[in-house]
Amino acid sequence: MKYLDEFNDPELARQQFEDIERIVTRPWALMEVCGGQTHSIVRNGIDQLLPEQVRLIHGPGCPVCVTPLETIDKALAIAARNDTIFCSFGDMLRVPGSHHDLFQIRSNGGDVRVVYSPLDAVRIAADNPDKEVVFFGIGFETTAPANAMTVVEAKRRGLTNFSMLVSHVLVPPAIAAIASSPDTQVNAYLAAGHVNVVMGTAEYEPLVARFDVPIVVTGFEPLDVLEGIRRALLQLEQGRAEVENAYPRAVQAGGNPAAQAVLADVFEVCDRPWRGIGVIPASGWRLSPRYREFDAEHRFEVQDLHVEESPLCRSGEVLQGLIKPNECEQFGTTCTPRKPLGATMVSSEGACAAYYQYRRLDVPEKVRA
Amino acid sequence: MCLGVPGRIEAIRDEQGTPMASVDFGGIRKDVCLAYLPEAEVGDYTLVHVGFAITRIDEASALETLELIRSIGNLAEELGEEPADVAPAPDPVAGAARGGDPLAGSRSVTGGDDA
Repeated sequence: MKYLDEFNDPELARQQFEDIERIVTRPWALMEVCGGQTHSIVRNGIDQLLPEQVRLIHGPGCPVCVTPLETIDKALAIAARNDTIFCSFGDMLRVPGSHHDLFQIRSNGGDVRVVYSPLDAVRIAADNPDKEVVFFGIGFETTAPANAMTVVEAKRRGLTNFSMLVSHVLVPPAIAAIASSPDTQVNAYLAAGHVNVVMGTAEYEPLVARFDVPIVVTGFEPLDVLEGIRRALLQLEQGRAEVENAYPRAVQAGGNPAAQAVLADVFEVCDRPWRGIGVIPASGWRLSPRYREFDAEHRFEVQDLHVEESPLCRSGEVLQGLIKPNECEQFGTTCTPRKPLGATMVSSEGACAAYYQYRRLDVPEKVRA
Repeated sequence: MCLGVPGRIEAIRDEQGTPMASVDFGGIRKDVCLAYLPEAEVGDYTLVHVGFAITRIDEASALETLELIRSIGNLAEELGEEPADVAPAPDPVAGAARGGDPLAGSRSVTGGDDA
């Protein structure tokens, strides 16, 4: 397919690996922020082909994984109501809440539907005026414009039976949180290119200035990921720290102005707890007062939640890059994609799921040593 | 969740006030909302995320990136096997691959506060 095949060319990848070999003289650790990039890296074995001095640390960029447990439990409570159709991206259905997941709600008779586009949920609301239709609006900045459009459309069409349970998270505050941590090992960041497609690159300049780390806007195909890695290493070896765009066919410095205008209207910044990590200040979006009538948290009183995280799951450490998934004792034994203890084993962007899919027969270094 | 798939816009229509497109993904066609890409035209390649076109894919930039990566190999051949005293290699972004206005995005975001 055009714009996919060219960026999967193994011969060009080999050249990039060779150039990286030439560039690197010292040990460096890079974090790919986005879980989609983690999957690309693990699937293609990029981390295993890099020089030994280059270490990739997998970041927290998996919205399904970081959606707070309390929000999952709220979703489950709302989805269990008889008068409600609960719509969600497919990834969320197997994410474990404190006691069960959306699949179990559905098998117990709840009307839980998977949507591809958030607008499908608005159509379902229009077609079912006697039901409350709730959309689980999660994601990073990439997904936010699509989710925002649901409430814009609902308002325009005068739909009073539609609402959204919002758990939006933002990339720059997460980078700031990781970079401010006293024991961070990350020397440079690969920014999630599709986030920058929407938001542009300006909000990364203050991070570079504050933490003196290179941030390279990076795409998702193997050559894109390698180009992001190559440019980050070049900056590090040359003692530079800049925002650099290694994904110019999709990312413009100003981002997508039409999307940004709608985001500014629909959302406002809020503090947000990240599952496994904790509260990160100003790291989320919630509906602005103009759209609060569409906020499922306001519409449905959810009480008596007893939030309880699995005591065995170490997804928090995985999300912060402190351990690799296969260093967890539960990995591949008591925790699998079919029976996950944590969301990182569920999502198509979760690091544990990537390792389960492509690396579960490898013996982790810690065990080997 | 953050994955975007490139596809070619085959047709554009108005659906109750919302601009929609039929987009071809290597033989599979899907309906895509164009609300965030109002300037899109039939024949454009766009990146689609959860049913929304979020950007136009810039062919010139795509070719530049590929050319840049190819030039890394040429550069290596030119430099032979002993690049130690020229490593770190001359920045290929600033160098060989930059004819005309390549990697415009790259230049605009890296400009300014060089360390």
